[in-house]
Amino acid sequence: MRKYAVVFRVSLSERMIYRGDFFLSALMHFIPIITTILLWQAIFDGADVDKMGGLRYREMVSYYLLVMVSRLFGSMPRLAAGISTDIRDGELRKYLLQPIDYIGYLFMLRIAHKMMYMLTSLLAYGLVFWLCRDFLPQWTNPWIPLYYITSLILAFFLGFSIHCVLGLLGFWFLEVASFLRIFMTMHYFLSGHMFPLSLLPDWLHGYVLWLPFAYETYYPTMIGLGRMNTDQMLEIVCIQFLWATAMLGLARWMWHRGLRRYAAYGG
Amino acid sequence: MSMISVNNLRKTYRVHVKPEGLKASLKGLFRRRYKEVRAVDGISFEIEPGEMVGFLGPNGAGKTTTLKMLSGLIYPTTGQVHVLGYVPWERHHEYRRQFALLMGQKNQLWWDLPAMESFRLHQEIYGIEDARFRRVQGALTELLDVGKLLHQPVRELSLGERMKMELIAALLHSPKVLFLDEPTIGLDVIAQTNIRQCLREYNRDEQVTIVLTSHYMQDIEALCRRVLVISHGQLIHDGPLSDIIDRFATYKLLSLRFANGDWPEGLDKIGEIIERSRPSVTIRIPRDQVADRTSELLGKYAIQDFSVEDPPIEEVIATMYSTATDRNKHQRHCDGGSECNNTTDSESNMANA
Repeated sequence: MRKYAVVFRVSLSERMIYRGDFFLSALMHFIPIITTILLWQAIFDGADVDKMGGLRYREMVSYYLLVMVSRLFGSMPRLAAGISTDIRDGELRKYLLQPIDYIGYLFMLRIAHKMMYMLTSLLAYGLVFWLCRDFLPQWTNPWIPLYYITSLILAFFLGFSIHCVLGLLGFWFLEVASFLRIFMTMHYFLSGHMFPLSLLPDWLHGYVLWLPFAYETYYPTMIGLGRMNTDQMLEIVCIQFLWATAMLGLARWMWHRGLRRYAAYGG
Repeated sequence: MSMISVNNLRKTYRVHVKPEGLKASLKGLFRRRYKEVRAVDGISFEIEPGEMVGFLGPNGAGKTTTLKMLSGLIYPTTGQVHVLGYVPWERHHEYRRQFALLMGQKNQLWWDLPAMESFRLHQEIYGIEDARFRRVQGALTELLDVGKLLHQPVRELSLGERMKMELIAALLHSPKVLFLDEPTIGLDVIAQTNIRQCLREYNRDEQVTIVLTSHYMQDIEALCRRVLVISHGQLIHDGPLSDIIDRFATYKLLSLRFANGDWPEGLDKIGEIIERSRPSVTIRIPRDQVADRTSELLGKYAIQDFSVEDPPIEEVIATMYSTATDRNKHQRHCDGGSECNNTTDSESNMANA
């Protein structure tokens, strides 16, 4: 598996070239958060209630801060679009000729990308979290750090496999970009990125929490907030693991089916 | 045993026919019309180890499609192919370790990184030992004279320099079979010559089997003893390049230089005059009349010098392509009743083509 380690190293040095971009984009990501927090402040003030969706104002703020951490692991910018362009433009050919597995290759590329991103955005995150230190949750349960980190790592696997599935749709549809845009908007909401899913009305709540997307952002964030007990945390990471495995299995299956189709049509 | 064996290979594509106009486009959303295009239409050939074969044909003749089938990127509709004993489209890792496909218009190198980084990546992907990697990479770098450019990001290289790097990347794992699709496209004469020389030496030293397509006849003339010519998906010639001239050149070029510095009258009766530059003249003469006409001229006029030459190979190839096209058209007209071309329309309800 040394070759995948080298893919990792080479893509790391490629990503280095974009370190300035990374730092800036990390900083930019916090701007919408500030407006969201101000908005919630106004809502809490105006509604004159203590809690919304089971969260106090302080918790609401820290929810959004921790969502940023979840996204740091689970978001996969340009992964799905990249796969579908590789398929459409015939770039895929390059990986079919060489003795290397495309999905494994993308995986190493993504880890390198994530590590580089985390490294360069460390300063930005540190700054914001330091400024907001009063809002951050106090962890009382000693199991939280372990489960939190596990669930973040699983969020990465889950995000990766879901986006692979989306990108591989490119085998069947020529133009995936507009579909991806619609999906990403839905995803913003369904993953709990837009607001905590506990705010949803009961009838919808149940369905949305069943979907894999909630396990990318919402659940890891709730663990980080300290809102889950030990049993719940264990259940969450187990389901995350199952979803990630299922999605990766789906991606593998699509890859094999898609290749047959690709090879029959053009290439 | 042959290195490459191709038997009755066919590839039919189904392409979506997009009619003109908005109304027709809307209709096309529900009912799509397809037509079948025979890209490769029953070709067979064998290539022995160490051979260097040129693959010629006009645009759209099926060259690239054939190369893609040989490298396992696409499945054929029918027919058998064995390369190094493998069926290419089963895409065994073992097969992929032993061949390379280089396409002049596609790149394998990482755009933002120096070529050396991509080479190192290839080393790992193909599992090349360090000593061998250094030897092969060193030799090729020297042969193509790109040592100074190895550590410069690929995006800063010129087209010719990039192509040389691509060639090195393709040869690093010492493939036994090399497919080259237009390796010299867009390159200047010097770079073309360099690449040709590299291929020739590589073929000689490593006994690599090479199949090469190119629109530059110099590439083919310089490298390939044998050429396969494909037109409309069918093989119309398999043999030495010179045979093409024997088969398809219907005339020769006779150049005369007159002793008294001027042409006599009535030369145009001998044959078509295609070039005059006093005191020389070039006349096109049918092949079977060359001997008669030459002796007639030599007897009649005071001639200082003369030569008989074949027409330029490009011209002969063009004649060959158009002959093949005419024959193909004729054949299609005679083939079927109401449907006179080889496309068949089919309709189906499709949502996801």
